[in-house]
Amino acid sequence: MRTVYDLKREVEKPERLTGGHRLCAGCGAGVVVSGVLRALDKEDRAVVVNATSCLEVSTFMYPYTAYMDSYIHSAFENSAATCSGVEAAYNALKRRGKVEETFKFITFAGDGGTYDIGFQSLSGAMERGHDMVYVCYDNEAYMNTGIQRSSSTPLFSRTTTTPIGSVHKGKKQHKKDLTEILVAHNIPYVAQTAPLGNLKDLHTKSYKTIYTEGPCFLNVLSPCPRGWDYPMEQLTEIIKLAVDTCVWPLYEVEEGVWRLSHTPKKKLPVEDFLRPQGRFRHMFQKGNEWMIEEAQQYVDQKWERLLEHTGA
Amino acid sequence: MSSCLSGNEAVAYAIKQINPDVMGAFPITPSTEIPEYFADYVANGEVNTEFVTVESEHSSMSVCIAAQAAGARSVNATSSCGLALMYELLYVAASCRLPITLACVNRTLSGPININNDHSDSMGARDSGWIQIYAENNQEAYDNFLMAMPIGEHLSVRLPVMTCMDGFITSHAIENIELLETDTVRRFIGDYNPENYLLKKENPMAVGPYDVSAYYMEHKVQEAEAMKSAKARIVEVATEFEKISGRRYGLFEEYKMEDADLALVLIGSSAGTAKAAIDRLREKGVRAGLVKIRVFRPFPGEELARALANTKVAAVMDKSEGFSANGGPLFAETRSALYDLKERPYLINIVYGLGGRDLKTADIEKVFGRLADIALTGEIGPTYTHMGQRSKEEME
Repeated sequence: MRTVYDLKREVEKPERLTGGHRLCAGCGAGVVVSGVLRALDKEDRAVVVNATSCLEVSTFMYPYTAYMDSYIHSAFENSAATCSGVEAAYNALKRRGKVEETFKFITFAGDGGTYDIGFQSLSGAMERGHDMVYVCYDNEAYMNTGIQRSSSTPLFSRTTTTPIGSVHKGKKQHKKDLTEILVAHNIPYVAQTAPLGNLKDLHTKSYKTIYTEGPCFLNVLSPCPRGWDYPMEQLTEIIKLAVDTCVWPLYEVEEGVWRLSHTPKKKLPVEDFLRPQGRFRHMFQKGNEWMIEEAQQYVDQKWERLLEHTGA
Repeated sequence: MSSCLSGNEAVAYAIKQINPDVMGAFPITPSTEIPEYFADYVANGEVNTEFVTVESEHSSMSVCIAAQAAGARSVNATSSCGLALMYELLYVAASCRLPITLACVNRTLSGPININNDHSDSMGARDSGWIQIYAENNQEAYDNFLMAMPIGEHLSVRLPVMTCMDGFITSHAIENIELLETDTVRRFIGDYNPENYLLKKENPMAVGPYDVSAYYMEHKVQEAEAMKSAKARIVEVATEFEKISGRRYGLFEEYKMEDADLALVLIGSSAGTAKAAIDRLREKGVRAGLVKIRVFRPFPGEELARALANTKVAAVMDKSEGFSANGGPLFAETRSALYDLKERPYLINIVYGLGGRDLKTADIEKVFGRLADIALTGEIGPTYTHMGQRSKEEME
């Protein structure tokens, strides 16, 4: 970055995601997308690529689009391949002299379209080395179809396909670590971030992701008040808890070098993150204390490993 | 310029002459050679094409849709399950009105898995909104691919085009064909200048909306009108193509139909076998003829009805089984086309050649024998049958 981050200056830029879209009040995705797009230099154009998702149906409902840049949506599982296609066209047309301007290619997909059905397409595009950005806005379930589990859903979480019953209580598997899988693709830049506080981490990482040549990936925690079942006005509080309990650590891996972006002043117990959310309510019932213990163990293990990787 | 090329080589060469901006490339037998031959052109710097070696056919079509929407000419080649894997995207390509060109080297759909020719793959996509044009031989495979872009890119059309050829039979057999000069090809296809595209600096564009019921139907009606307009455009392009090649193409080919009493209707390389059988029958005085369907989508119903109106009996031979229990897809279209005729020929359906089961001239002669019986007795027998399979007794 050329200058020190200043939120006030950044929000004075013309909006690239305009108002009037249909995202729920308190949706993390809107904050994430406008945050990422705000990192673009004013004079640069983008082509936004979007998988079928809450974001897509809410921001591009015929005859209105909320985007000031060009945009394409074609299907659910192929946003990375779609982005590769735009990038390939750009290269070919630039060579012919038909396009001269600078364009950045930025894909947005939810965890469904990234961790699961879109996984193959993402891996292929990253492996091929296209000069593109892929942003996963991770709300930890298939929210657009009404809150079904994804491989990104945390352990024990309630969803409509992992409901709390008398025999089974929530998701049985741990959350897939997609960020690490992307690190293993050896691409120039991978980062985990969230719309925390004044959005500095989100902004600086978005800038790096957009302006580093080659395939770059950003995994952004994007809370969903409906799916996670917390009051819609508490977006920033939930993010802060996710970061301060180390449930969602902020870090980046640049050319294979791991760097921790944020160490909480005080590492809070995981139950501080779980308690405000209805999707974890059953974990606080008498007899389920072991669930909270297991969750804490898991968070601690992962945090220790991350500290090793980053040499912090 | 005369050359000895297989169908795949000829199509790869056509793509080279066109020099598209983007090719989504993924292999599947028997279309694999198309991206392979083209990869050599890419490796030697002979084309400007961005050759995107994707990880699946779903991705190759995704790349084509995105690239075409971005303002670039995009091509693809596949067969069978590859086409099936792209299925949802075929509909997206057509409904986004993107004139992508795809070479479909016809191979049957699994299962069981079989790599040989029939038309079940492209027939399965017949409702997707793609223009579908079939070749009988290598020359037609080459020519059809060259005509695809002037057809699809025309403002009255703006639909993707699938040019089909029989897997192994046409794709791998080597024939002597006439190639056009590259300059001639480039002049014929012209430049691709879409009115709106993602990379247009003057105004951005959004593609692929969530289209609620209040708007969706109008968009589909527009698409249906485009498919109707495609028929005239296909004929127009063929007229232009005849000027530069000397080869004439229509919506279908009529072979010895002027005075035919007994006719076949079929698609693809079997036409070659049928023509040979018809020549023999004609020597014996049988008034046999053939209508070889070239354009299946849009279906030339009116024109086909006129071509068959004066025959006594016709057999529609389907090289795919649609499992309608009522006959194959070509039969359904043909019967529908004949419905309004005041006087209609007797019509039967024979499903043949599934999974590459061979069709011989003797088989064609048998079919004409049956047609002759029907003409004589007026008794059709079973309307819908299969030909070429082992009998129950043989299987025991």
